[in-house]
Amino acid sequence: MSVSKNVDWLALRKDFPILDQQVHGQPLIYFDNAATSQKPRVVIEALQHYYECDNANVHRGIHELSNRATSAYEAGRARAARFINARTAEEIVFTRGTTEGINLVASSWGAKNLKSGDVILLTEMEHHSNLVPWQLLAQRTGAKITYVPITGDEGILDLSKLDSLLTRQVKIFSMVHISNSLGTVNPVADLCARARKLGITTLVDGAQSAGHMPVDVQAIGCDFFVFSGHKICGPTGIGVLWGRQELLDAMPPYQGGGEMILSVEYQKTEFKKAPHRFEAGTPDISGPIGLHAAMDYLDAIGRDRIWKHDQELANYAYEKLAALKNIRLFGPKTGRAGLVSFLLNDVHAHDVVTLADQAGVALRGGHHCTQPLMHRLGVESTARASFYFYNTKAEVDRFAEVVKEIQKFFGQ
Amino acid sequence: MFDELNDLYQQVILDHCRKPRNFHELPAASRSAQGHNPLCGDQLKLFLALDGDTIEDISFVGSGCCISKASASLLTEFAKGKTKADVEKMFGRVHEMVTTGKIEGDVGKLAVFAGVHKYPARVKCAILSWHAVMAALHGEVQPVTTENEQT
Ligand SMILES: Cc1ncc(COP(=O)(O)O)c(C=O)c1O
Repeated sequence: MSVSKNVDWLALRKDFPILDQQVHGQPLIYFDNAATSQKPRVVIEALQHYYECDNANVHRGIHELSNRATSAYEAGRARAARFINARTAEEIVFTRGTTEGINLVASSWGAKNLKSGDVILLTEMEHHSNLVPWQLLAQRTGAKITYVPITGDEGILDLSKLDSLLTRQVKIFSMVHISNSLGTVNPVADLCARARKLGITTLVDGAQSAGHMPVDVQAIGCDFFVFSGHKICGPTGIGVLWGRQELLDAMPPYQGGGEMILSVEYQKTEFKKAPHRFEAGTPDISGPIGLHAAMDYLDAIGRDRIWKHDQELANYAYEKLAALKNIRLFGPKTGRAGLVSFLLNDVHAHDVVTLADQAGVALRGGHHCTQPLMHRLGVESTARASFYFYNTKAEVDRFAEVVKEIQKFFGQ
Repeated sequence: MFDELNDLYQQVILDHCRKPRNFHELPAASRSAQGHNPLCGDQLKLFLALDGDTIEDISFVGSGCCISKASASLLTEFAKGKTKADVEKMFGRVHEMVTTGKIEGDVGKLAVFAGVHKYPARVKCAILSWHAVMAALHGEVQPVTTENEQT
């Protein structure tokens, strides 16, 4: 029995005004969800309601509107805590997104805890946002970066190498939960447990997992978890950094300014505790409000059901593509998350995407911000179809037809 | 299904993308330049054998989409035997053509790229090799990128 049968997936499409349109004279098929998701009406309305009824600055005013804005903003924090099963709302820091969350940890935690000779452990499948901040930190501190290798086109972490990589020099192990280029789901709970035994701090990049599967940071056992609102039906410009309270409280500020201080004198400042210590200046107030609506929306459907649905679509798409000739598929054969990366022989990913777009199908082509991974696979780029719960099997059928036509167009 | 795309993927372009001309390294090259399109990670390298201001021979290697490969291939066909001034003049025309669709003066076979302006994401692909040849002619050592190309 399939869990996904309990939900009327087609009816949910009506919650997304943007899906109901034609592109180049064809019905839009939006398969670029790993880049950003579409927004349901409830999220758009929450933003509109805030600006029409409650807009004011937070934490500073005494007046009614400021109270309302502050409590809506803080309710978003409490909601985010529940969304990932954080112990308290104080463990939730609002950021601009995954990228800023990782930069915050690398700058603040990293500056305090890393020194020359220490090692930062990453994996070969990381997004640039979980690579570049660590490279910058390594340059500043003299730390080194090492990588857990992958197994080739299937893109699974080669864990036989892990013991030799988890040395006493490793101070942080930062890993992607679900690869945005491969669809690999990493065994993060297991990886974090192994790191924890050695006293190594862990960060999980949940950009592709948070809105697609149930996430429980306590069960994962990581120290930091980051994700972006815009990939989980929320607005752009808002994201979440979760960190264990004791770690956050011990970290120096990331940026200085208003909101993050207890008292300021000309020569010194006392900072607030986490999370406010890390939220300098007027924050994105509407962001947590929109994100709150998005989280409510997703959990009303059930992320366990969404996960099942996405996986079913991805497997279906994978099988359809695997049946074609002259195609190379990336990522695991089984247990993949809701996306499929592929290359057609002798056809560049950008040509695939341009042609698919003409047929109304929105794909992504390129290195997906994982250039080192592309080089590891020996390619410059791939084409990627990534799914969410509002996508359908009929759309996958049409997509597979379009891919066949693209092959014909290029004479294959 | 893709009739609308015939002005982007003209037959000449498809032909040059499948069978790029002058697609090899050039041992006798006196200049070379690399082009990089950060959007897609595409790299190409141009080789020029100059005699004074005249391009005696020209070739390229690298990877890229159909548009960028065909553009480089047609560029090498055009540039062989031409002077630096000829290539500079044509660079201006090609740039105008792929960004606005306007053809000024005689651009010969290169007119097949006029359709590119309707696909803003692809302008960089069509202009990459032209930036590279300009860099090679001016003896620049830094790889050129299309990063700052206004599309
Ligand atoms: C795995 C992964 N990590 C990090 C990011 C960066 O997210 P953002 O651009 O929202 O900061 C993305 C999204 O592109 C991603 O897919």
